[in-house]
Amino acid sequence: MKRLILILCLLAGPVLAVQPDEILDDPALEARARELSQGLRCLVCRNENIDESNADLARDLRLLVRERLVAGDTNDEVIAYVTDRYGEYVLLQPNARGANLILWGAGPAMLVLAMVLAGFYVRRRRRAEAPADDLSEAEKARLDEILKS
Amino acid sequence: MVRGPLLPRGAGSILRGMIVELGHFALVLAFVVAIVQTVVPMIGAQKNWRGWMAAAEPAANAQFLFLAFSFAALTYAFVTSDFSLRLVVENSHTLKPMLYKVTGVWGNHEGSMLLWVLILALFGAGASWFGGGLPERLKARVLSVQAAIGVAFLAFILFTSNPFLRVAVPPFDGQDLNPLLQDPGLAFHPPFLYLGYVGLSMSFSFAVAALIEGRVDAAWGRWVRPWTLAAWLFLTIGIALGSWWAYYELGWGGFWFWDPVENASFMPWLIAAALLHSAIVVEKREALKSWTILLAILAFGFSLIGTFIVRSGVLTSVHAFANDPDRGVFILIILGIFMGGALTLYAARAGAMEAKGVFGMLSRESALVANNVLLAVAAFVVFIGTVWPLVAELAFDRKLSVGAPFFNAAFTPFMVVLAMILPIGAMMPWKRARMGRVMKPLWGVLALSVALGALVWAVQTGRSALAPVGAILAAWLVLGAAVDVWSRTGRGGLASKAGRLARLPRADWGKAVAHSGLGITLFGIAAMTAWQVEDIRVAQVGAPFEVAGYEVTLEGVERVQGPNYISTMAEMTLARNGREVARLYPEKRDYPVARMPTTEAAIDNGVLRDLYVVIGDAQDAGGWAVRIYIKPFANWIWAGAIIMALGGVLSLSDRRYRVAAGARKQAVRDGVPAE
Repeated sequence: MKRLILILCLLAGPVLAVQPDEILDDPALEARARELSQGLRCLVCRNENIDESNADLARDLRLLVRERLVAGDTNDEVIAYVTDRYGEYVLLQPNARGANLILWGAGPAMLVLAMVLAGFYVRRRRRAEAPADDLSEAEKARLDEILKS
Repeated sequence: MVRGPLLPRGAGSILRGMIVELGHFALVLAFVVAIVQTVVPMIGAQKNWRGWMAAAEPAANAQFLFLAFSFAALTYAFVTSDFSLRLVVENSHTLKPMLYKVTGVWGNHEGSMLLWVLILALFGAGASWFGGGLPERLKARVLSVQAAIGVAFLAFILFTSNPFLRVAVPPFDGQDLNPLLQDPGLAFHPPFLYLGYVGLSMSFSFAVAALIEGRVDAAWGRWVRPWTLAAWLFLTIGIALGSWWAYYELGWGGFWFWDPVENASFMPWLIAAALLHSAIVVEKREALKSWTILLAILAFGFSLIGTFIVRSGVLTSVHAFANDPDRGVFILIILGIFMGGALTLYAARAGAMEAKGVFGMLSRESALVANNVLLAVAAFVVFIGTVWPLVAELAFDRKLSVGAPFFNAAFTPFMVVLAMILPIGAMMPWKRARMGRVMKPLWGVLALSVALGALVWAVQTGRSALAPVGAILAAWLVLGAAVDVWSRTGRGGLASKAGRLARLPRADWGKAVAHSGLGITLFGIAAMTAWQVEDIRVAQVGAPFEVAGYEVTLEGVERVQGPNYISTMAEMTLARNGREVARLYPEKRDYPVARMPTTEAAIDNGVLRDLYVVIGDAQDAGGWAVRIYIKPFANWIWAGAIIMALGGVLSLSDRRYRVAAGARKQAVRDGVPAE
């Protein structure tokens, strides 16, 4: 952990997403860090997660995530820790609480609605009698003419 | 507006000033013509005055010519680096390569809006060139609605985003183009995207004209489909180009980010895909009429929303929007007028669109209804996810993000289900289908696809189910399309089958090709996501290391002077079993004028895999940070998209549409080439 903080202090200049010096020695922990990073937003970027971002702030957050993992936090605890400090803005996958239920529920609700409407439509089409007078009087006369000749 | 300093600096400079002023004047003339084109043909169509209706075609051509001239004048200003234009100062530089001087014309807000209306006018003129078979009243109304959109956006350009504004004191040099945009992939991405976006205006104009007319029939479906098809295939190419650019330019090989700007182009694509399919039902079976009209309105509505999102910047930052709201509010008003007007008209008239065709629960018609439900709801999910951060902040005072994890979870299931039912629906007959008969030729395909999936599952040990599922769906779509085509050949010997195959309408080939393209894209996405290998490390010059079976060596790093940048270029070799596979030169570039560093990944493209290397910073303890990616089947993603677009081209070239559009008649009469 001290090593991480030291790196954090030494940091300067433009960097490129995950740096070799950030990677944890334990591959299992590192894999978890990568997975968590992909769900956290770089706060100063446009719609980029911290795993892909080149910003210094994203690096800080990546190091923070790894620091918490090394300290023995579970994934949920890391997310809670980060969210407590940076707000839910940092989560790329919005939680399903409160008003966000509208967001998560909108798709399935719309699908059910669309399927019900489509079902009614198809049922009506199936029951509908084929229109008897498909042809106008003039067309019928013309058809008779053709058939006779 | 600041008048241009027409100082006597020689005839060349005066001529140059003249051309730009004429371009500005042509823009104003196009605006006036568009107003005339909106009003006169519409009144003519209402009153049945033929002379007034006939004004639509010459007006559409004149509007297009004026805008083409205006656009050419702006291009001329960029090419000759006329720094008396503010736009050129801000977006160009004498040192910039010529190609990017030209593409710089639309690499900024004002110029891209001019391109937008140019393409709008191109489609309007196209309707007059290829619309020989259209009834004169419908044609007058279509061109009138098209011109009304032109009026709105020309007003937007003239009053809020004029590209022809001058600076009082022209500087010696410009301020460069964003170096990220100096790239062939991105340079040609906007024109294609706009051809798609704006092409949907044609479907909108046809829908509104049909509502005013109060009549939608099979012929209408046949007229509107080629325009939608053209818009959709350009949108497909545009999106693929953008995605490909992101893949090689952003430095880690992502191809889709669910960014609001990407979603802005993806929503119209989904709706246009739905519209393409529902218009078939209108054309062949005279059903789904009012739904198709609604889709046509919504497709262009999403294009306008997309323009609003991109041009106002409202979703990237609410505050940026609040600081400079003119443009955003203007587009919002345009959106409100056109969508409000069209939907009101729709509510009033849609009831009169009586469906004729009768069909059963299991039929081609109901399969296409299912296609529409899935595509439309998927577009809705993308829409909700895109605007939710804005809604949450304004309505619930919550600052939150909606990113890739949400879209992957909420959107993907729709595509999976779509791919599952697609080959079955594609083989269903119209009116009434029997499941047993439809599935009979498909059982083999299904078995083969599942076997392939199982094989993939067995070969890749202990990884996600993503790749096997992708393989099953891809094989199911591609083989399903092949079986569909083969089943059309009927009974008989090989010769008669081949003959039938050759005579199969192009539209049927287009369908099979486009559906196979979708399968290939799905497989590319699944395989690359599941099997990608990444390696990040500090590499010492000359010391080889191993990544997934490849021996990688950093041979050296040197500084290279580019035309308008300084590059740190590495040389890397990748060998397999002692044999060199690729020698790659990844770069880190620094653009001094724009003060912006970029990474240029080096990629060895292959059919089965891409080798993707990136050079990072020099390390204090020696060596360089490097990233190596092995991306299996990456190119299948964009190859699939191109195949989809190719399917669109095939379908567009079907004889039926050429005959329906009256292109041939027109060609004979006017001596203008039809295609």
